[in-house]
Amino acid sequence: MKEENYIKLEFPSRSSNEAFARAAAAAFAAQLDPTMEELGDLRTAVSEAVTNAIVHAYPNSIGKISMRMRILEGSTLEIVVRDWGRGIEDVAQAMTPLYTSGGEERSGMGFTIMGSFMDRLHVRSAPDRGTSVTMRKLISPRAPRP
Amino acid sequence: MEISTGFEAGRLTLYLSGELDHHEARLAMRRIDELLDEYLPRDCALNMAGLRFMDSSGIAVIIRVSRRMQILGGRAWIEDPARQPQRVIDAAGIDRLVPIAMSR
Repeated sequence: MKEENYIKLEFPSRSSNEAFARAAAAAFAAQLDPTMEELGDLRTAVSEAVTNAIVHAYPNSIGKISMRMRILEGSTLEIVVRDWGRGIEDVAQAMTPLYTSGGEERSGMGFTIMGSFMDRLHVRSAPDRGTSVTMRKLISPRAPRP
Repeated sequence: MEISTGFEAGRLTLYLSGELDHHEARLAMRRIDELLDEYLPRDCALNMAGLRFMDSSGIAVIIRVSRRMQILGGRAWIEDPARQPQRVIDAAGIDRLVPIAMSR
């Protein structure tokens, strides 16, 4: 799919950056004129992906997280959240609802929510080499206002 | 995020407002634990009408309150969730564990 626009952000894995990441995602997505519901879904999925990187990739240290967003031909938004942390041994297990290796403030529902709010979710990971979460969502074109 | 309270006839209502993500959830859980210890309520309502944003960290907060209320021998429920938190609650299927009450 042809790329029409993109941004790339990089930030340390501090939990205070969770709100920044979803605000940046919403600001970039605004050019596609999403509905409030679509915007809420994007913000939620980004929050989950970035939080996973903060909690699981770098549990005892501060590491690098990158977030790349692209607008693809046909009003499709693609978001890739990447870290270079400890990786996931068993991706299928990590994506099982209610499974978590995080603290008490994690519910194990992060991937479930990403999967239900986005049209496509793909996770690549290798132990000690990091994780890449790619999500796509079609933003429905709206009729022009009169 | 902010938490304010209402207490009447043994029912503690926790009014959550702002944004509830992983960063905020740790502080919120600590504060809610303190409030439950202080009031020892019979029932606890988590009012989410003023919550502009919640991710799965909010689900962890709901589950924690529900479990704590079970230990206290009481009930917990979600009250008036705003639209975005409602979608997260629906996606997580948490309404099968914790009831939702709508007053509007």
